[in-house]
Amino acid sequence: MKTLDFTRKIKIDIKTYTLIIALLFIWLLFGYLTGGIFFSSRNLSNLLRQMTIMSFLSIGMTLVIITGNIDLSVGSLTGFIGIIAAYLQAVMLPEILQGLFPNLSTGGLGILSTIITIIICLLVALLAGICQGYIIAYLKVPAFIATLGGMLIFRGAILGVSGGRTIVPVENSLRWVAQGYLPKNLGILVAAIAIIVIFLMSLRSRSKKKQYGFEIKPFTYDFLVASAYSVLVLGFVLIINNYRGIPNPVIIMVVIAILVTYLANNTKFGRYVYALGGNIEATKFSGINVQFVIFKVFILIGLLSGVAGIVLTGYVAAGTIGGGMNYELTAIAGCVIGGTSLMGGKGTILGALIGTLIMASLENGMSIMNMSVFWQYIVKGLVLILAVYVDVTSKKSSS
Amino acid sequence: MVYSIFISENCKKSNLYGSNNILKDEYILRIENVTKDFPGIRALSNVSFKIKKGDIHGLCGENGAGKSTLVKILAGVYPHNTYEGKIYFNDEEIKFTRFSVRQAIEKGIAIVYQELALIPEMTVGENIFLGREPEHKGTISWDRLFSDAKEILKKYKLNIPFAAKVSALSVGKQQMVEIAKALSQEVKVLILDEPTSALTDAEIKSLMEILKYLKHNGVTCIYISHKLEEFFRITDNITVLRDGLVVDTVKTADTTEEKVIAMMVGREMKERFPVRNRKIGEKILEVKELSTQDILSQGKIAIKNITFDLKKGEVLGIAGLMGSGRSELVTTIFGEYGKHVTGEIFLEGRPIKISSAREAVNYGIGLVPEDRKKMGLVLMQAIYKNISLPNIRKFSNALSIDKHKELNECRKYADSLNIKTPSLFAITESLSGGNQQKVVIAKWLMSTPKILILDDPTRGIDVGTKYEIYKLINQLAEDGIAIIMISSELEEILGMSDRILVMHEGKCTGILEQKEATQEKVMALATGTKNYSEV
Repeated sequence: MKTLDFTRKIKIDIKTYTLIIALLFIWLLFGYLTGGIFFSSRNLSNLLRQMTIMSFLSIGMTLVIITGNIDLSVGSLTGFIGIIAAYLQAVMLPEILQGLFPNLSTGGLGILSTIITIIICLLVALLAGICQGYIIAYLKVPAFIATLGGMLIFRGAILGVSGGRTIVPVENSLRWVAQGYLPKNLGILVAAIAIIVIFLMSLRSRSKKKQYGFEIKPFTYDFLVASAYSVLVLGFVLIINNYRGIPNPVIIMVVIAILVTYLANNTKFGRYVYALGGNIEATKFSGINVQFVIFKVFILIGLLSGVAGIVLTGYVAAGTIGGGMNYELTAIAGCVIGGTSLMGGKGTILGALIGTLIMASLENGMSIMNMSVFWQYIVKGLVLILAVYVDVTSKKSSS
Repeated sequence: MVYSIFISENCKKSNLYGSNNILKDEYILRIENVTKDFPGIRALSNVSFKIKKGDIHGLCGENGAGKSTLVKILAGVYPHNTYEGKIYFNDEEIKFTRFSVRQAIEKGIAIVYQELALIPEMTVGENIFLGREPEHKGTISWDRLFSDAKEILKKYKLNIPFAAKVSALSVGKQQMVEIAKALSQEVKVLILDEPTSALTDAEIKSLMEILKYLKHNGVTCIYISHKLEEFFRITDNITVLRDGLVVDTVKTADTTEEKVIAMMVGREMKERFPVRNRKIGEKILEVKELSTQDILSQGKIAIKNITFDLKKGEVLGIAGLMGSGRSELVTTIFGEYGKHVTGEIFLEGRPIKISSAREAVNYGIGLVPEDRKKMGLVLMQAIYKNISLPNIRKFSNALSIDKHKELNECRKYADSLNIKTPSLFAITESLSGGNQQKVVIAKWLMSTPKILILDDPTRGIDVGTKYEIYKLINQLAEDGIAIIMISSELEEILGMSDRILVMHEGKCTGILEQKEATQEKVMALATGTKNYSEV
């Protein structure tokens, strides 16, 4: 008798599924309450762009929380990188670059400035991640404390760099990164490439399964699944193109989300992250360098905070001292709503994205309805508690 | 009357209190036909014996004989409806119900546990009166609390400062705080569950003094220990348990350590172990003078000057009681103690230093740990992920894991070990204990180790699966893997090992060849019985 059955059941992550239902419910509610404005191409485009900055943080935060740690410094670090970006663009780089390349046009100088800014910002963010990761993984300071300290330090650094003032102006090219749109034709092209990739992956998975003798589903089934994903991608692009095209930061978000999801699911690193979050002792006893894994996770979230900071400054078109304030809390909330367990070991990037989208939708919808800010905070707080309550009770009933 | 029938019956059964004219109040505790079942296992079966008022009554038996279960029933940890049988305390049947521990304490039965149950960051006085703080109009009256604490410590001649933090005390002193806590509650029966396992010789001596003093003051003690010589230093009577049954109750003065050991192990060996073609090869591991400091309690030695070697295809059994340092020995070899280690380890003739589990794995050593849930498995993850955890390198390059290859390999091992599960995607937690253990073994087999260490691999596993694991161990040995197996069960050690290393208090007390090993010899070495070592 064969006791082992290796066919992966049509396993749909129940968690993600209920999340999507919750998201649709919220969307329909706002669609109804705003008389359809919520569903306009323009608003959907805005909504997606609004979630991007937070999504970088919650993607990184998901991995951190899966390892059983937390990062409270991401909001301040985002603000700090943002202010550095603004400072470079408004104060430092124009003089230096003009001195170095007197012949370049203003536009060319702007683009050069933006490229340099992005590189420097990412390096600083990387350094911040290395420092915090080292302190947490090797010096064994609890992540809560280490990053609480980091939060204060970066907040202080923001004031130091800016001198308490808002820093303007930033280059148009940096604004384009955060505010621009992908030309519509290019959007269609991206969609077409995505669809081809979806089908190729499906085929490759089938041939691999065949090679190792695993059961494979009927061809039509896989074909239909791939087609369904393709329709989603194409539909999304068409709706968004109806306004002005895909916002640039949304492209960045999707690329990062795919990369990190791949990292989490298909690499040793990702496997170790989940394993040590589930049981750090057993992982250590399996001969895995758990400290190094934790170190890398904090480097990653540092880098992602850097991306968030750059996009933030491009979006606001200025470096402000309040930039990134309380973002860490929203990012954590997004992860938790998305099903990441604060006890570690469980969580998905997709879940965190949907969680973040839910938070962004609440904010967006309530803003359209002209609800006061105080209500927005209260509703978001209630939704967070409700989400975790549902999570806790569903766990109880399953065990 | 029921009572008199019981007395006469029991006296016939255990010929120990010869005469029938026993005074009614001579026994403070009478345990009648107590049976306690846990899922899948009978911990106590028809246990009956009596404890004399004012006695120090020893309770001994191998691990799993039912000692701890019995005293937990007496102390009310298991309420009366969870076991069968009757318990009389001063001729009155006791039935602890809800909040039963509290009820037991109110009756005067208190237990000092194996694991200390004190709050380290509180003072001695606070710990003694935890949950019973003297109050005055809703505020704690600290003066009274500390003066009462001082009084108790003085009364029982416990030399502990009442205002010291518990964490600042030695383990022995902490044990005394526990005893003081029990005594402060007007205890009539004090149960000590392996009180000396963590104590130094000097501390044991002063504990003995205290117990004698308590006896003098009319307190009855039930004393559990693995160290037989302690029974002969202090107890009046000894009850021996084996497999949940009372073997006998004997007067300490009328018996010897040898007799008690024979009672503890007196089972007959059945054909429970599969036969192996012994193909022992050359030496693969050599350990010389290995010593380890205990990281947790300063200054204590976990293992001391252990020297042994291990050959390809050999099963080296490590016997010893809990706390004898047997797990510490193997985790030391596995790199758990990092730099707190002295001594030398040679692998295939080359000296090596192992300071982390990662290095051990790289040297080809695998460890199936004692506590598989805590150290062996990521319970919330899929089975295949657990199997491949130490081996992912085999299926991956810098960029990605070849999941299909991974699953394919995992399936091979799961099949060959006969892991019973509907799917390798199932959560590991959903498996039975035996199958979970197989997952741990599978993960190490996949790493093709040279040396596989199994720390109590059959603990909490049903008999059928045990046999499968024995067969598997034999198979691995035949394939040339060197195996170190720790076990709490003597029979298992004797039935499986080519040689047996016996440990007692962190030291190796002997290495026996299979031919010369008997249960009595191993037990004598494991309990540190001196006059037995030349047998």
